[in-house]
Amino acid sequence: MTALVFIALALAGGLGASARMLLDGFITSRMSGVMPWGTIAINVSGSLGLGLLTGLVGSQILSEAWQLIIGTGFLGGYTTFSTASFETIRLVQERKWATSLVNALGTLVTATAAAGLGLRIGGLA
Amino acid sequence: MSKAPSGDSPVHLRLPYLGLALIGGTLGTAAREAITLAFPSTSGIPWAIFAVNVLGAFLLGVLLDALARMGPDEGRRRRLRILIGTGFTGGFTTYSALATDTASLLGEGRVGIGYGLGTVLVGGIATWAGIAAAIALHGMHHATVTRRTVDAPQSGDSL
Repeated sequence: MTALVFIALALAGGLGASARMLLDGFITSRMSGVMPWGTIAINVSGSLGLGLLTGLVGSQILSEAWQLIIGTGFLGGYTTFSTASFETIRLVQERKWATSLVNALGTLVTATAAAGLGLRIGGLA
Repeated sequence: MSKAPSGDSPVHLRLPYLGLALIGGTLGTAAREAITLAFPSTSGIPWAIFAVNVLGAFLLGVLLDALARMGPDEGRRRRLRILIGTGFTGGFTTYSALATDTASLLGEGRVGIGYGLGTVLVGGIATWAGIAAAIALHGMHHATVTRRTVDAPQSGDSL
C-alpha cells in the first residue's frame, strides 16, 4: 500500500466517524425507547456497503485502492463495534436482559445477512 | 438572537464536535489499518480485527464510565467523549469488517459462527472489564484523596 492510499484511507475513516455521529444523532433524536436504533442502522447499512464493495472487487469492477479507501477507511470508520458493545452492556446494567440480547445478536445476524447480500449482489455485477 | 446559533443546535449538528469526531476517527482508522497490516490474517480468521474490536470495546468501557463518574456530559468531558469515544475508538473498531468476514466464513460452517459470536461475546466481556477498571481506578483515586485530606492536618501540625 502506498503512503497516499494509507492517508486517504485514514481520512476517509475520519469522515465515516463524523457521518456516524451525524446520522446517529439524527436517528436517536427521532426515536424513543431503549433500543439503540442509530447504531443498529449504521452498522447494518455499513455492512451491506462493505459486502457490496467486496463483491465488486471480486468481479474486478473496482480497484483495490478504492476498496481500501471506501471499504476499510470510510465504512470501517462509519460502522463501530465499540459503541454497539457498550450499548449492549448498558442494557445489561439496566437489567434489560432481553433487549440486550436482541441488540447484540440481532445486530450480528442482520449485519451479517446484509453483508452476505452485498457480497452476492456485488459478485453478480 | 444574541446567542450563537451553534449554542442552540444539537450536539451532532455542531461543526466543532463533528471536527473532533473527524480527527479521532482518522487516528483510530489509521491505528486499525496499521495493526491489520502488521498482523495479516492467518488460516482465514481475521485475528487483527478481532483484537482491534475487543481492545476498542475495552477502551470505550473505561472512557465512558470514567467520564460519567467525573460529572455531566459537558465542556471538556464532552469534547473528550467525542474525540476519543465517538472518534478514536469508533473509527478504530469496525462492524462492517466483522459482518463481511463472518458472512464469508459462514461458507466454512462453524468457523464463521464462532468468529461472529466470539467477537460479540468477548467484546461484551471486554466492555464490562473496561467499566470495572474505571470503577476500580475511581475507587483508588477516591481513597487517595480521602487519605490526603485525613493526613493534611497532621502534617500541618508538625510544621
